[in-house]
Amino acid sequence: MLKNRHVTGWLQAAPLSLILAGFLILPIATIVTVSFWQATEFSIIPAFSMENYAFLFGSDVTYRVFLATFKYAAITWALTLLIGFTVAYYLAFHIRSQTVQIALFLLCTIPFWTSNIIRMISWIPFLGRNGIANSTLIDLGLIDAPLEWLLYSDFSVILAFVHLYTLFMVVPIFNTMMRIDRSLIEAAYDNGASGWQTLMHVIVPLTKPGIMIGTIFVLTLIMGDFITVRFMSGSQKANVGRLISNDISLLQYPSAAATAVVLLCTVLIVIGILLRFVDIRKEL
Amino acid sequence: MEKRSRSFYVLTAFFALFILFLYGPTLTIGVLSFQGPQGGLTFPMNGVSLHWFRDLFEEQAVGDIWGAFRRSLALGLMVMVTTVVVSVMGGLAFRKRFAGSGALFYLIIASLVIPSILISLGVGLIFNQFGLRVHWATSGFGSQLTWTLPFGLLIMFAVFNRFDRSYEEAARDQGASAWQTIRFVVLPIIAPSLIGVALFGFTLSYDEFARTLLTSGSYNTLPLEIFGMTTNVTTPVIYALGTLTTLFSFLIIGAFIVTVWGLGKRRARLGSDAGKGL
Repeated sequence: MLKNRHVTGWLQAAPLSLILAGFLILPIATIVTVSFWQATEFSIIPAFSMENYAFLFGSDVTYRVFLATFKYAAITWALTLLIGFTVAYYLAFHIRSQTVQIALFLLCTIPFWTSNIIRMISWIPFLGRNGIANSTLIDLGLIDAPLEWLLYSDFSVILAFVHLYTLFMVVPIFNTMMRIDRSLIEAAYDNGASGWQTLMHVIVPLTKPGIMIGTIFVLTLIMGDFITVRFMSGSQKANVGRLISNDISLLQYPSAAATAVVLLCTVLIVIGILLRFVDIRKEL
Repeated sequence: MEKRSRSFYVLTAFFALFILFLYGPTLTIGVLSFQGPQGGLTFPMNGVSLHWFRDLFEEQAVGDIWGAFRRSLALGLMVMVTTVVVSVMGGLAFRKRFAGSGALFYLIIASLVIPSILISLGVGLIFNQFGLRVHWATSGFGSQLTWTLPFGLLIMFAVFNRFDRSYEEAARDQGASAWQTIRFVVLPIIAPSLIGVALFGFTLSYDEFARTLLTSGSYNTLPLEIFGMTTNVTTPVIYALGTLTTLFSFLIIGAFIVTVWGLGKRRARLGSDAGKGL
């Protein structure tokens, strides 16, 4: 029996499958089930009712909040792509020593292994009313009164997103760029392409898989976020994640579950579209 | 060596700004955590002192920081060991291209991209329905694995895609059993990557927030404790805590990187005697 690769395969994958079954599939199935339940002020009642969805789709708030979520995702995606691509390009094509390359790459990735919460908190002395940004601008004579929109605004939310998630772009793009055959770039130069033409017609097309993987990371992280928006906007802005977490804190689990199901479908549709452009298994 | 182009200097400046953007805020709170006892949350510095660090080590300090730290440490180690073992087994399994491996692969990707709050909510609901009490070491542990395992497995896939199978064949030709091949050939070759997996397992768990939020029960992990502090603590003590735990993270990351580097050196020294004959 053990000679059969399917049997040994499943035996070796058993712990993984059990964990994913118990903590990924089962929770999602529960959420889907509960999203059809009803809630009173004191308890939740098993039922099959479309009430939660009817309320969700009948409310203006839902559309506004989803729109806000897409807005955060789109702006942050554009910024992280621009910054991430530039950084990866610099590391992959302008650094000649491999040791320096690894060192600089690590320098970019180390923050990923530290706490997001603390990295958010650390913007406060910078952006606050009497923070470094405002006092510097006042000292330079550029503004008379402190800017109020630096902290607890869309600006600070997006700033934090870019700060937290740019490395999710840098790493896959860098990884793809390192696999580009250098002779293709030499060939482009030999055929008279300028630096810019080589970048746009050789490097960018060959980097697309990395860009797609980075995009998947950034979009899903932002669409599912609730804590960055809550903290960086001082609870003044909303996105879908916050809608869910607010319902949870009010113990409105069926309503939270319905919103979660809609969010999950949205994320899966986005991923489904992006996966058409990249074969992840080939990129590993 | 050819001369550097102008774009090199422009990009170097851009990269330097990016690094400043990444680390600047963290360094700022590092400096501010040495505020004097009367100092506030922003500059100017009102004297320099260790007051806020001392506050952390005193009994009456806000909340149960050290308890939270011990729990996060224990949970991080649990998640780390589990992530390494399960990822290696999973990696080995996927080399066999067993029936259903494609579906399992997409499940791993789903685990990575699913909004964290769904795991938190779903696991919380299940425990609720079965009348179980959520606890960081049970529900919290499982929820965090859905975040660390995909990273561990993606690393293992990348490793095994580049793995030279002739080493295994050579081992088998010399009479090694399946277990001996794994123990004495495969594992030593992939050891540096396993340290990478361990680093992901520990640090992602140690800093995990959203998936632990509804699944840790009445005893907070450190990130939850810190987040709780942001709503009711208005002194630099929170910077002191942030600085300490960031330093701790740097220490851990540094230890892992040095270990990988040391393994590489050792391997370069002992690995091959090619060219040393005559």
